[in-house]
Amino acid sequence: MIAEAGHYALVLALALSLIQSTVPIAGARWGDVALMNVARSTALAQLLFVAVSFTALVMLHVGSDFSVANVFENSHSTKPLLYKITGVWGNHEGSMLLWVAILALFGGLVAAFGNNLPLSLRAHVLAVQGWIAAAFYLFILMTSNPFLRIATPPIEGRDLNPVLQDIGLAVHPPMLYLGYVGFSISFSFAVAALLEGRIDAAWARWVRPWTLVAWIFLTLGIAMGSYWAYYELGWGGWWFWDPVENASLMPWLAGTALLHSAVVMEKRNALKVWTILLSILTFSLSLLGTFLVRSGVLTSVHAFATDPTRGVFILLILCFFIGGSLTLYAWRASTLKQGGLFAPISREGALVLNNLFLTTACATVFVGTLYPLALEVLTGDKISVGAPFFNLTFGPLFVPLMMAMSFGPLLAWKRGDLLGAAQRLTAAGIAALVAIAVAYAWTYGGSTFAPLAIGLAIFVIAGAMTDLAERTALFRAPFATAMQRARGLPRATWGTAFAHAGVGVALIGIVCETTWNSEYIGTLKPNEVARVAGYELKLDGVTQRQGPNYREMIAQFTVRLDGEKLSVMTPSKRNFTTRGSSTTEAALLTRGASQLYISLGESTNEGAVAVRIYHKPLVLLIWWGPVLMAFGGMLSLSDRRLRVGAPKPAKASRALQAAE
Amino acid sequence: MTRKQRRLTMIGGSLAVLAVAAALVLNAMRDSIVFFSTPSMAAEKQIPAGKRFRLGGLVQPGSLVRGDNLAVNFSVADGAAKLPVAYKGILPDLFREGQGVIAEGAIDATGVFRADTVLAKHDETYMPKDVADALKKQGHWKDDYGAKPSASAAPTQGAPK
Repeated sequence: MIAEAGHYALVLALALSLIQSTVPIAGARWGDVALMNVARSTALAQLLFVAVSFTALVMLHVGSDFSVANVFENSHSTKPLLYKITGVWGNHEGSMLLWVAILALFGGLVAAFGNNLPLSLRAHVLAVQGWIAAAFYLFILMTSNPFLRIATPPIEGRDLNPVLQDIGLAVHPPMLYLGYVGFSISFSFAVAALLEGRIDAAWARWVRPWTLVAWIFLTLGIAMGSYWAYYELGWGGWWFWDPVENASLMPWLAGTALLHSAVVMEKRNALKVWTILLSILTFSLSLLGTFLVRSGVLTSVHAFATDPTRGVFILLILCFFIGGSLTLYAWRASTLKQGGLFAPISREGALVLNNLFLTTACATVFVGTLYPLALEVLTGDKISVGAPFFNLTFGPLFVPLMMAMSFGPLLAWKRGDLLGAAQRLTAAGIAALVAIAVAYAWTYGGSTFAPLAIGLAIFVIAGAMTDLAERTALFRAPFATAMQRARGLPRATWGTAFAHAGVGVALIGIVCETTWNSEYIGTLKPNEVARVAGYELKLDGVTQRQGPNYREMIAQFTVRLDGEKLSVMTPSKRNFTTRGSSTTEAALLTRGASQLYISLGESTNEGAVAVRIYHKPLVLLIWWGPVLMAFGGMLSLSDRRLRVGAPKPAKASRALQAAE
Repeated sequence: MTRKQRRLTMIGGSLAVLAVAAALVLNAMRDSIVFFSTPSMAAEKQIPAGKRFRLGGLVQPGSLVRGDNLAVNFSVADGAAKLPVAYKGILPDLFREGQGVIAEGAIDATGVFRADTVLAKHDETYMPKDVADALKKQGHWKDDYGAKPSASAAPTQGAPK
C-alpha cells in the first residue's frame, strides 16, 4: 500500500506542477489576481505531496519491503537503520526523488515567504519552477520510478554499495542537492524577469539571499564530499578532477560569480543583463551536473548506479531548459535597460574582474570535462583528461583572482583609488613577504613554488583583515571606538572578510598537503615499526571481527612521537558478503590541523599486511577554508539589509497587492 | 573616459583573459592528455616506449604474481592480445583476476607496461565502462558481464574465454 500511495502522491504532484506552470502565467497576462495566486497554493500543495512520496520511500526502506525493486536492489535487512534511511538517496531513483523534493521545498519557500514580492513576479517565478518540476516528475515516473514492485518478492535484498554505507552519504548528497537545486530559484527569477521584460535593483535584493543560500549549501556539500572521498577511498586524495567532482565545481564557480555580480546589480543597478545570464548559466551547469552524474556518459572514480537510456531523457530536459532560457535571453535581454556607469578601477570593476576570472576558470573546467566526450563522439578516440590539465589551466587563472581579491573590498564604488588601496595593503604585503621568506628558509632546497603560494594565501587572509581594520579604524582610533565600530559594521562586511579569508586558508592547506605530504607504503608484520615524518607506528597485531553486515579485519597501530606514546590507531578492511566487495576504513589521527592517515591493503599468508601511511601537514585547512567561506555566507545572509527594507520596485504593484 | 572607451577597456580586458585561458588550455591539452588502449589496440598502433597511455582490459586469470615489497606483476588481456604489467603498490579493493582493470603508465624498453596507477573502480557490473565498450567493439563481450550479479551468490564472473 505504501508504495502505491507514494507513487500516487508523485502523480498528483506532477498534476499540480502542470497547473502551477500554466495558470499563473495566464493570470499574469490577464492581470487576474486569483489566477496568479494559484501559484502559491499549488507550490505549497506540491511540496506536501512530494513530501508524502518521499516519506513513503523512506518507510519502505526502513521496513525492508523487498517487494519493491528499489528496496530490493539497494537494501538489506541487516543493514543499520541509518544506512537504511540514507540508502534511499544512495541510488538513482531515490536520489532523483530527493532532487525533486528539494526543488519543491525551494518552490514552497518562495511561495510561503515571498509575500513581499510583486504578485506577477511571484506568479512567473513559481510558474518557471513548475516547468522544471514537471519535467523532472515526468522523468522519474517514466524512466526511474522508485515504487515499482517485483512480481515474486525475494526474501533478502542485495544491499547497498559498501562504499556508500557511511555517514557521508547522510550529509553529502542532500547538501549538494540543496546547492544545485537552490540555484533553480535564481534561474526562475531570471526567466521571470525576461518574461516580464522588467528588472531593477529590488530584483537583485530578492535574488541575492536565495543565491547565497544555495551557494552556502553547495560550498559545504563539495567540501563534505571531498572529505568523504579522502577518508573513504583509502588513497588519501581529496580531489581527483573527476567528471563527477567537476560537475559540482562548475555550478559553484558560476554561482560564486553570480553572487558577486548580484552585489553590483543591487548596489549600483549595473551589470543587469550579465547577472541574468549568469543566473541562467549557473542553473544550466547544475542541470548539466545532474546529467553527467546520472546518465553514465562519463566514467568516474565514484560509484554510481547509472543507466545510459535515462541519459537521453535528461539530455532532452537539458536542451529544453538551457536552449529555451538562452533563446529567451537572446530575444528579451535587449529590452532590459542599461544601468549605472563606473570606471574600470572601482569596486564594480574589481567585481567584473572577479566574474571574468571565475567564469573563465569555469570554462576551462567545462572544456576539460566535456572534451573527452566530444572527441569520443567525433573520432572514437578515448582519452582521459586528468589532474595535470586542470592544474595547468585552473591554477594560473586563480592566481590573479586571488591577488585581486584583497584589493576589491578596499576600492570605492564608481571610481576607486588603486594606489590608495595598495598603500593600505602594505601591511598585508609585508606579511606575505615574511611568510614567503619563512616558508622558503624552513623548507630550504625544496619547492620554490610552494612558499610563493603560501605567501599569496597569507596576502589574501591579511588583506581580508586589513579591510576589517580599515573599516573599524583599528590602530588609528582608540580601541574602544574600534570595537564599537566593529559592532556597527554590516554583517555582510564581516561575511566578505570571512569568506575571502576562507579561500586563503584553503589554499594553505592545499599547498602544504600536496608539497610536504610524506608517505610510507609497504608490508608490515606484527611488531614491526614504520617511520613517517618523525612518527613511529608499530603494528601491534591484526584481529578479525564480525560487523552487522560485514566481516572486518582490524589492524592496531601504536603511534609514538620521540618515544612517547601518543595514541592507538585502528584502520580496518571490511568485507561485505552480500555484494562480495570490500571497503577500506582508514584510521585518522588529528594533530592540530595535520593528520596521520593509515589505510590497509591486502594481507599476505605470513601474517604481514600491506599498509599505506601518510602524514599530511595542515590537511584539515583544506576543509576549514570552505567552512569559513560558508560561515561568511551565513553572516551575510543574516545581514538585516537582506531581510528588511527591500525597496519596492519603481512601478509598484500596490493595487494588485491590496486586492489580495 | 567616455562610456565607449570604458566599454572598450572592459571588452579588451575580457578578450585578453580569454586568450590567456585558451592558450593555457591548448598548452595543457598537448602535454597532459592520456589515450586509452586495449592490449590489441596497443599492439596495432605500436605505441612507442615511454609514451603514457591508459591500458584497459581483463586481468588474465592465473597471471597475478606478487613479489617483494608490494611489487605486483599481472597480464592484461582482451581476448586477442595480452600485455604484461608491472606495478608497485597496493592494488585497489576491487582488483580481481578475470575482471576489468585500467592501468595508467607506459611501456618500457623490455615491452613490459610499467603502471603507476591501477584503477579498479567499477560500476555495479564490476566492469569499467571504457573496457566494456572496447571489448564489445572487438566482439569479446559476453552478456553475463552486463548481467547484474544475482542476489544470492557473490559476483564471481569468469574469464572471457
